Amino acid sequence: MNILIVGATSAMAYEAAKCFAAERASLFLVARNIQKLSAVREDLLVRGAQRVETFALDMTEIVRHQELLDAALSAFGDLDMLLLAYGTLEVQRELQASVERTLHSLNDNFVSPIAFLTIAANYFEARKSGCIAIISSVAGDRGRQANYVYGAAKGGLHTFAQGLRNRLFKSGVRVLTIKPGPVDTPMTTTHMKNPLFISAERAGTRIYRAMKGREDVIYVPWFWREIMTVLISLPEIIFKRTNLKGG
Amino acid sequence: MSDSSLKGKRESWGRYPKLAEASVKPIYWRDETPDFTHFDRNVLPVGYGRSYGDSCRNDAGIALDTTHLNRFIAFDRENGVLRCEAGVSLEEVLELIVPAGWFLPVTPGTKFVSVAGAIANDIHGKNHHKAGTFGCHVTSFELLRSSGERLICSPTQNSDYFRATIGGLGLTGIILWAEFRLKKIANPFIHMERIRFGSLDEFMEISSSSDDHYEYTVSWMDCLSGGDHIARGLFWRGNHATEAEGASSHVHHPLPLRVPFDVPSFLINKFTVKLAIEAIYRSQLNKKIERIEHYDPFFYPLDRILDWNRGYGSRGFLQYQFVVPETNDNQALKEILAQIRAAGVGSITTVFKTFGTIQSPGMLSFPRPGITLALDFPFRGQNTLDFLDRLDQTVCDSGGALYPAKDARMSAESFKTFYPAWQEFSRYIDPCFSSSFWRRVMASNGNGHRLAA
Repeated sequence: MNILIVGATSAMAYEAAKCFAAERASLFLVARNIQKLSAVREDLLVRGAQRVETFALDMTEIVRHQELLDAALSAFGDLDMLLLAYGTLEVQRELQASVERTLHSLNDNFVSPIAFLTIAANYFEARKSGCIAIISSVAGDRGRQANYVYGAAKGGLHTFAQGLRNRLFKSGVRVLTIKPGPVDTPMTTTHMKNPLFISAERAGTRIYRAMKGREDVIYVPWFWREIMTVLISLPEIIFKRTNLKGG
Repeated sequence: MSDSSLKGKRESWGRYPKLAEASVKPIYWRDETPDFTHFDRNVLPVGYGRSYGDSCRNDAGIALDTTHLNRFIAFDRENGVLRCEAGVSLEEVLELIVPAGWFLPVTPGTKFVSVAGAIANDIHGKNHHKAGTFGCHVTSFELLRSSGERLICSPTQNSDYFRATIGGLGLTGIILWAEFRLKKIANPFIHMERIRFGSLDEFMEISSSSDDHYEYTVSWMDCLSGGDHIARGLFWRGNHATEAEGASSHVHHPLPLRVPFDVPSFLINKFTVKLAIEAIYRSQLNKKIERIEHYDPFFYPLDRILDWNRGYGSRGFLQYQFVVPETNDNQALKEILAQIRAAGVGSITTVFKTFGTIQSPGMLSFPRPGITLALDFPFRGQNTLDFLDRLDQTVCDSGGALYPAKDARMSAESFKTFYPAWQEFSRYIDPCFSSSFWRRVMASNGNGHRLAA
């Protein structure tokens, strides 16, 4: 099995990659930092991955997306799955004070992923099988004052994925939307931890299972589906008065 | 890893003393250097917190959480050499190497410890008489100093830092990765025997006749029996199973259990401890049992019970592990057992083993030739501390030592007697690094841990 993982040095993606490595998959890893990529590569090879190739790229450099896809295809000849796992989480208060940084965040979490998904979707549609897994967030289900820029980007990604799923269904390509709650990763180092946090290992294992399964949208862990159902059903007249903290 | 070792819980395994770090800073990548100049307090690298006392704690300081450094780097499957990051647990190492026909060169009684922790405490196991300590099998590691300097340490390169860091309690810098040699096995099984013994003399007899032929030996002892039955107990010995023995064996993994709450202190008393000890001793009716069993129950029986430390209640317990030289009459050992009996405090899990003569490279390494005994005492305030101070005296007089990884209370004076190399070692301590343990055993007033009035 050949898998392209974009954002491969993120804790959740790495944990999912460990599961694929254990079943001797071939992995094409993309991330910004070459040293971190090489640390992950060595680890996945020890854990049993058949092949691990790396490609250092800042995904906001959209002009190079085609080059990336071509590199992955020329390395493995064929891709069975794509896991899109990159993103940045910034402090909302700093974003609302700066148009530039807000746009930057939207670029990281929405524009760039959608640019790459556009070309990747065409590849998988022509291939007529495979799985595109996209990490969105529970933050995208309803905008909150604590993180609505990040939430808007992830919500947009979710809507895009819905449409893509609808389009690719007839081609036999599965589009999986993954909505994690807060996970204990470098992204949330400075956040106060509460009992809703789960380990990256648990999240990654769940993502791996979902990629091999048949679901369309998963919440990680499962209870976020119930929590978000309640939150979404709150009338705006009440919701606008709340002050819900957290990632 | 099991949830019991999730980060954010900064109580050490013995749950005494209760301390609080000012902050916990995770380290995620081995190529990144933490910004030491911005730390306004001293730091201590910390793994899964399985040391019992305060050697893995840095009260009011900063804990550098190394458990995210959990990647493998290289595994030589032909020659049995593994290189991995500091925070990889022995559990993860076993999951990788056992199916490939290798085993840990030395393992402690729990697999929920990190590789760097195994080095920093220079851990020992049931094969000390054959293999020495974990440090004896380390070929190299990288040490990051607060100056930003990175030292590759091995027996031949930066060998002084190599010797200081093995058993160095995390004080010489951050171990980023380590490489160590593995032991070849044919399968995951152990050919084990368990023999009931009725006295210390019988133990000595079995022990000396077993050490040559068995890779692993360890005993459980009834620390309350006196007279002719002093130190009766159960003796385990075993070897890795041969190919033929393993062929007919099956892996059986029972589900883990968990102590779900803090057991109230009044339930752990003289009577219940005596009862538990009697039950363990009587649980084996035959003089000897022999079977092929998986390595997991053989090496890690307590790992099956997650959070077993909660069984001693929220006040915690003190683990007391010492070694005393073996003598003809083993007077020191008998004296300590007599003191325990006289005080009426019993330890349920009393572990007993003879150390061999293999020298560790570590300056502050604990194991030395003799008999080692590890006991658990529920913490009952000043009485417990005073009682253990009295035991220290006997250990001191006999030329023995206490194990820092298990300790929460020995005095500075005792420590310096047990570890005369401490002065040489001090030269290699990183100026930004410290621990609650180290401050205690370096305290100038010479007192161990005292309770506030």
